[in-house]
Amino acid sequence: MILAGLLGCAAALLLTGAAALALHGRRLAAPVVYGVSLVATTIGLLLAGRALFSPDLPGGTLSLPIGLPWLGAHFRLDALAAFFLLVINLGGAMASLFAVGYGAHEETPGRVLPFFPAFLAGMNLVLMAADAFTFLFSWEFMSLSSWALVMAHHRRPGNAAAGYLYLLMASFGTLALLLAFGLLAGPSGGYEFAVIRQTPPGAAVSAVVLVLALIGAGSKAGLFPLHAWLPLAHPAAPTHVSALMSAVMTKVALYGFIRIVFDLLGSPAWWWGAAVSLLGGVTAVMGVLYALMQNDLKRLLAYSTVENIGIVFIGLGLSLAFQANEMQAAAALALTAALFHCFNHSVFKSLLFFGAGAVLGSTGERDMERLGGLIHRMPRTAFAFLIGAAAISALPPFNGFVSEWLMFQAILLSPNLPQWLLKFLVPTVGALLALSAALAAACFVKAFGITFLGRARSDVARDAVETDGWSITAMLVLAALCLLAGILPGYFIDALAPVIDALTGSSLPRQEQLDWLTIVPIAQSRSSYNGLLLFFFIALAASLAAEAIHRFASAAVRRSAPWDCGFPDPSPATQYTAGSLSQPIRRVFGTVLFRASEEVRLPPPGDASPAQLRVRLHDIPWDVLYAPVAGVVGFVAGRLNALQFLTIRGYLTLVFGALVALLMVLAVWQ
Amino acid sequence: MILELAVQFCEMLVVLLLAPLLAGYVRTVKARLVGRRGPPLLQPYRDLLRLLRKEVVLAHSASWFFRGAPYLVFAATWVAAALVPTFATGLLFNYAADMIAIVALLGTARFILALAGLDVGTSFGGIGSSRELMIASLAEPAMVMVVFTLSLLAGSTQLSSIAGFMQGPGVGLRVSLAMALVALVMVAIAENARIPIDNPATHLELTMVHEAMILEYSGRHLALIEAASFVKLLLYVSIIACVFAPWGIAASGQGLGAYLAGLAAYAGKLAVAGFLLALFETAIAKMRVFRYSDFLGAALMLGVLATLLLFVSRIA
Amino acid sequence: MISSLAFDVAHLFAGSLVLVSFMLLYQDRMTGLINTFALHALVVSFSVAWQAHIQEAPHLYITAAIALGIKAVVIPVVLHRMIVRLGIHRTIEPVVGIGLTMLAGIGLIALSIMVMLPLTAQAGTLAREDLAFALSVILLGLLMMISRRNAVSQVVGFMSIENGLILAATGAKGMPLVVEISVAFSILVALIVIGIFLFRIRERFETVDIHLLHEHRGEQP
Repeated sequence: MILAGLLGCAAALLLTGAAALALHGRRLAAPVVYGVSLVATTIGLLLAGRALFSPDLPGGTLSLPIGLPWLGAHFRLDALAAFFLLVINLGGAMASLFAVGYGAHEETPGRVLPFFPAFLAGMNLVLMAADAFTFLFSWEFMSLSSWALVMAHHRRPGNAAAGYLYLLMASFGTLALLLAFGLLAGPSGGYEFAVIRQTPPGAAVSAVVLVLALIGAGSKAGLFPLHAWLPLAHPAAPTHVSALMSAVMTKVALYGFIRIVFDLLGSPAWWWGAAVSLLGGVTAVMGVLYALMQNDLKRLLAYSTVENIGIVFIGLGLSLAFQANEMQAAAALALTAALFHCFNHSVFKSLLFFGAGAVLGSTGERDMERLGGLIHRMPRTAFAFLIGAAAISALPPFNGFVSEWLMFQAILLSPNLPQWLLKFLVPTVGALLALSAALAAACFVKAFGITFLGRARSDVARDAVETDGWSITAMLVLAALCLLAGILPGYFIDALAPVIDALTGSSLPRQEQLDWLTIVPIAQSRSSYNGLLLFFFIALAASLAAEAIHRFASAAVRRSAPWDCGFPDPSPATQYTAGSLSQPIRRVFGTVLFRASEEVRLPPPGDASPAQLRVRLHDIPWDVLYAPVAGVVGFVAGRLNALQFLTIRGYLTLVFGALVALLMVLAVWQ
Repeated sequence: MILELAVQFCEMLVVLLLAPLLAGYVRTVKARLVGRRGPPLLQPYRDLLRLLRKEVVLAHSASWFFRGAPYLVFAATWVAAALVPTFATGLLFNYAADMIAIVALLGTARFILALAGLDVGTSFGGIGSSRELMIASLAEPAMVMVVFTLSLLAGSTQLSSIAGFMQGPGVGLRVSLAMALVALVMVAIAENARIPIDNPATHLELTMVHEAMILEYSGRHLALIEAASFVKLLLYVSIIACVFAPWGIAASGQGLGAYLAGLAAYAGKLAVAGFLLALFETAIAKMRVFRYSDFLGAALMLGVLATLLLFVSRIA
Repeated sequence: MISSLAFDVAHLFAGSLVLVSFMLLYQDRMTGLINTFALHALVVSFSVAWQAHIQEAPHLYITAAIALGIKAVVIPVVLHRMIVRLGIHRTIEPVVGIGLTMLAGIGLIALSIMVMLPLTAQAGTLAREDLAFALSVILLGLLMMISRRNAVSQVVGFMSIENGLILAATGAKGMPLVVEISVAFSILVALIVIGIFLFRIRERFETVDIHLLHEHRGEQP
């Protein structure tokens, strides 16, 4: 019943997309489309929540006679799908709410409105698919509709190239997944997930399927080194779509990976965990370092998505390693941390993208070097963005810290793993995780500080106005969720329990009976955390201090020029820029990882032209992996191009040659 | 229950009241070591009271964030310090935050302070914030690795459990602990803006990190931030004391005499630590800014090495 | 029967030797390097003395005394004098930067543990772990030799390798004194020869920077 309801929501979204074509050009098209999307996704959210929280999951499968004639379309709702449906529809609902206000800025609504609900529908269908064909069809539909949205502003410089790269990487990923499902279905060709689940493949085939799933789902999620399309494509789309792509579509990719590796493949080998968590660790550190080098706000947020996906893969890898060694409780902890981080990331990344969208709408600028001082002009947006920045930097009492803390606890359980390589790898991955957390805080000090604090660096920043009520509502709802998930994590962990139980056979102890809403992942004597008490104490200490000081000491304030060591400069160009804020970190890490070099050109004395600082960064995966592959493909294509210009005799020769070759093969084979 | 609440409350007060004394003591010892008389021991208290009563001068471009940040920084640091066992373990609320959470709370304070440095829009604030972010990007992972080492040995991330374990017989002399101690001391020096990382007594931009971030603060705001930095120093000294020199800490439920003995032992540890810190600061020179990464990188490597040695087997 | 405290102290010395080898990688000034090497030799002599105590092998005391006298006192003093006489530039430049060198050092320690511990599964625990640490010291000494551009630092790296060998030999119980005397003498001779060569090189080419010396090799294209 719930499954039928969810399918109905998806169908409603598809119809809305079609209706948007009909409503093209009308003034009310945008509010209607976004409003209906909001309603549909909210219903989907409530249904998915109902499915997740009810003690005996209705489960339910549904077969529709559409699609391939001998296969049909199978849909199923289990705990994992219900959890991800909750995450997706929450993101979709917030994006629709934001878009009701933001959509007014759209110059070409006809290129966005039909595809937005279609994108949401595609994502929902992927999660409910129970056979390989439906899964891949919905996956491609999701990719194509998001590609259309990326190309919405195709005349802007760089967007067309971004869309092209996105299309290539998406097709490549789908090819990998196609091969993976082909291998899973085996020679008997049973494409339904239920059939595949009953006949897990052998060790060699499982290894190949894992690699293919990493390539296919990982490239969509943004795993290093297949992440290159993400920071180009995500910022190119309109902001509500960027938020959906970063915060929500990457979760669909993670769902695909979890479904294939944790559910459809049999029990894992120990080296799977090693490979996945090492990839995750490298992705996390490289992602956040790339983010620190960016001056474009949306691109910074996209690279930060890469970092968070890396963190989730660290958790997934640890869970696989524990499962391979029959340590089910530890596997449950690692998987809980990973899935909780999925939820947290979708919440705060949507919030941050909405803030960036609000700034873009008010000022028309994405470049942080031309912003600044927006906290005075856009206070509510600034407040919401600050909450999002604090959450993503894993600061207590917000939600980012809880998932990070759970992951550290899982790492501390790892000395019991017997394999030597794992014994060395896990502390290394732990160090990478700690490094990425510290760098993420630096990144978001840069993002919030340069954009909102300081003085305005350009006229558009000086004249910005606060954004509309719908956008602010969406942002504040998400900010409240960040805080709630941080101070009441026990409820979220309990909600995840059926999912974890289905995938690993064990789950964390029930959290809701513990005193004062503490969470205890393993045992009370080992570790515990209470976000509510911390929040309460900090708030109490701050207000006590404020009250006591204002009453007994002084509350006087006087405004004046800044001190600035006695030489305040009226020009806002003297304050730190985005590039200068990250310069020390660039010196420390960038010289090795990006071959960063700085070049200063000073004019000769007497010359009044300005000095120039040029920073050169090299993207190592691009130079080592993408450019050579593109070169080889170009070379081969250039050679094969000669086939287009043959004479008629040439084409006849080709046909004749193919016929003779096939006859010879037949003769030999006899 | 009442006694435990009183002990927790006492802990919070001790941390707040002793912190300026420790800072003043270090300052006086440093002065004596270079042949000066130095300021009186209680001077930091007088400084704080004087600042609290002064009027705040705000720049025109300062925002509500700038005004609210000192209270949050102070609150986060004080809450973190109140959860570190100083004279007694088994604090009532120690289940609320373990060592990882304490490190993260200090990270919250640092995040807010770095943003406050950027708020007024001068170049000094940017200098302080950018350098602080670089230091934090290496010091925080090093601290996390030290926490890993200690929790792998003690089987828990709770500071009280770790302190209890270090008092017990199962510890022995371990190389990992020696490495963890060296790494922790290096991180503590970096985080508290002491020589060789930062000079707390100067306002030259060549040597400023912490001072640059708080340059625009005045009056009660400055008092709160100074108090927070004093409490942070006390916090790090307390962590080192309760983990590596846990003798004399009273366990829960041992009665008033044990608590008083614990307080006396704690005061003694603060005196020794302050003297050693002053000696160290006087003996070496401040480092170039871009050598910080070598210093902190060494701390991170030591932390990784200590964890690695514990992971591989029970060797070291 | 070795008591637990004795075990821990032996362990502590071996681990400290690895730590001091690590510190050798971190030095960027000549005087600091030589002083750290003196500390290295000191730790090795204490370790050997402790082994002499717990294994009840009095000839190891002599080994410890030789290590202390020659390597912790005589050789550092000689090296200090050589630096002053040759007027060598006091900064040591690493080839790839201190951060990467230290990262490589950690990798080498991990490698030696991964190799040694499974390999010696039948031996006693103390010997196993001392061997793992000794291999780490040797590898770190080699790393020092290949990652510095300076001849004096190569000499120091070479001698720290020898300290690692001593640690391995004393940990494995039973190294005759005559072997140790001959090894020590050969080190001394090697040092004298290297010193002579350094003087000659310095006289000829005004520098002992290996990078610059490389151009004077024969058979250059």
